[in-house]
Amino acid sequence: MTRAETVIVPLGAMLAGMIVFGAFCAALGVNPLLVYASIWKAGFGSWYSWQNTLVRASPLLLCGLCTAIPAGAGIIVIGNEGAVVVGGLGAIASGLATLSLPPFLSLTTMFLSAAVCGGLWIAFSVALQHYRGVSAVISGLLLNYLAIALMNQLIEGPLRDPSSLDNPASYPLTPDHRLSYFSGTHVHHGLTFGLVACVLAWFLVERTTFGFALKICGGNVRAARLSGLPVGRLVVIAGFLGGACAGVAGMVEVAAVHGRANESLNAGYGYVGILVAFLARQSAFGVVLISLLVGGLLASGGMLQRAHGLPDATIAVLQGILFLFILLSDTVYGRFKLPWAQSHEAKPDAAAA
Amino acid sequence: MQLQPEGLGAWGIAVALAGGAMRGSIPYMFVSLGECLTEKSGKINLGMEGVLLMGAVTAFGVSDLTGSPWLGVLAAAAVGLVLGAIHAWLTQQPAVNDVAAGIAMIIFGSGLAFFFGKRFVAPMAPQLPLVALGEWSRVGAIQSALRISPLFFIGIAVAFLLNWVFTRTSCGLKVRAAGDDPQAARALGIDVNGVRFIAIAMGGALAAVGGAHLTLYFPGIWSEGISGGQGLMAVALVIFARWSPRRCLAAALLFGGAQALGPSLQSLGITGYYYLFNASPYLLTLAVMVATCTPSRRLAGMPGALGKK
Repeated sequence: MTRAETVIVPLGAMLAGMIVFGAFCAALGVNPLLVYASIWKAGFGSWYSWQNTLVRASPLLLCGLCTAIPAGAGIIVIGNEGAVVVGGLGAIASGLATLSLPPFLSLTTMFLSAAVCGGLWIAFSVALQHYRGVSAVISGLLLNYLAIALMNQLIEGPLRDPSSLDNPASYPLTPDHRLSYFSGTHVHHGLTFGLVACVLAWFLVERTTFGFALKICGGNVRAARLSGLPVGRLVVIAGFLGGACAGVAGMVEVAAVHGRANESLNAGYGYVGILVAFLARQSAFGVVLISLLVGGLLASGGMLQRAHGLPDATIAVLQGILFLFILLSDTVYGRFKLPWAQSHEAKPDAAAA
Repeated sequence: MQLQPEGLGAWGIAVALAGGAMRGSIPYMFVSLGECLTEKSGKINLGMEGVLLMGAVTAFGVSDLTGSPWLGVLAAAAVGLVLGAIHAWLTQQPAVNDVAAGIAMIIFGSGLAFFFGKRFVAPMAPQLPLVALGEWSRVGAIQSALRISPLFFIGIAVAFLLNWVFTRTSCGLKVRAAGDDPQAARALGIDVNGVRFIAIAMGGALAAVGGAHLTLYFPGIWSEGISGGQGLMAVALVIFARWSPRRCLAAALLFGGAQALGPSLQSLGITGYYYLFNASPYLLTLAVMVATCTPSRRLAGMPGALGKK
């Protein structure tokens, strides 16, 4: 895979996807160029729209890492949604229990408990795969359902705020116990968590012996075992770290966005996070880029409705088409010789002749 | 059709449960049969949720426009066939991950379904005629509890048909060969990619019929939360059924019954653990898998090529 390919192939795939979606818009009688202009304006056109994008990107950064970190060790985790939910539940439970503490201590407790809940959730799923042979894909799906059932049980039961009638929710956090915003913006510090987590994940995977050991497990388990690596412990820790990120995403939703736990905890950030990780080809840096792109798309749903009378699901159609094309583009790498790459390879022959 | 088993005691609960299991099992039945056919050929389709939703909205729209619910079912199957074919083509390209493609198909399918669903603001589409199994009883509650959608019987027929195809026909043998050992199948001159393509596309068509049930049965409306994640369960159901179409029926009835358990218990006044009861099949599936899997041995009945590129 050449360096040029890593830029040209995803961009080409996006362009192809945009052409198909443009045809879809044109078939509906809407000018696709105007639609793209609106998406650009709503997602990236001004500082205000950038703020919307960043707010939506922050849970995606964390959820993307939930799949990307264990993927390095060769394990496909798709239980992100469940980890977000249990993380949010851990956060609200400890947050409500520590309302008498100073805000900083309370938030720290929430952060830690969310990370531990989400981490154990995914570590369990990974451990099942490693020690029992139960695919983490399947256990992750099942655990998602269990997490959502647990959430419904708690917010309809012990945690329920009696004043939340139609939309059951937990008791709220007090305003000073909520996660703060960057001054002068509506971007909360969940973004900080997400970016720091991506940097740490990059450092861990690319610059430490732990990361190197993970890559060996992902590359060839038997080789890893023969060289004496504790494969089981490594993959479970990788699962824990990934899950902890998703758990923190749940904490951010609870402590910054909603101020309480309710059904919007399973808004689908977990599932989109899986795709973010795959589209980013499991690299932490890629997760940042793709999260921003998808965050911008998510932020522009309302604008399409207002400006073009298109339902907000239009943006999900665009997302689906883009995702399919970018995934499909994985197959292109190395198949087509780029003109300058070819000439580069041809040089030694020329020299020999 | 809220069930009214009060006054009938335990008997009423049993009938309500049986009726609820039969009704609730239909979407599970079709998605699991579709997934079973897909996985027998050696591929996983995680995107059945998107297929289910597209099936639901297509059936609703066509039934509403033409006035014929059966045309709705056919149209849903056709759309499912197309979505299945997209997944089949995509996952057969080198370096494309099955799981990621499935998730992308969920987002694509549900996005399209919600997009077109926004236009169908009609309150109700014509529904499928029901088969009355409870006419022997004079109790109205029992009669209404046992009024079953014809898709239930079609599902059973499809399950037995698939079972027959897999065990008794050369087509079925080709599918199983492609799923168990593609290299050996190729050596025998079987077009593995072609067989898989057809199996996955037809699996999508089956799952979409399950979606048609969601909108063409009481109350016959379309809403975005209509599937409640039942399509995502397809993969787990098939594992639960150990890749046997007949056992898919049993698994679907079990999951449908567990869904009916919560409301039944509620009518008895037991409301404490409603959501946890609803989640019991998922816990059960997980427990069964943990109990029967080992790292060294694959599950009995599992197609050999499943999960390999």
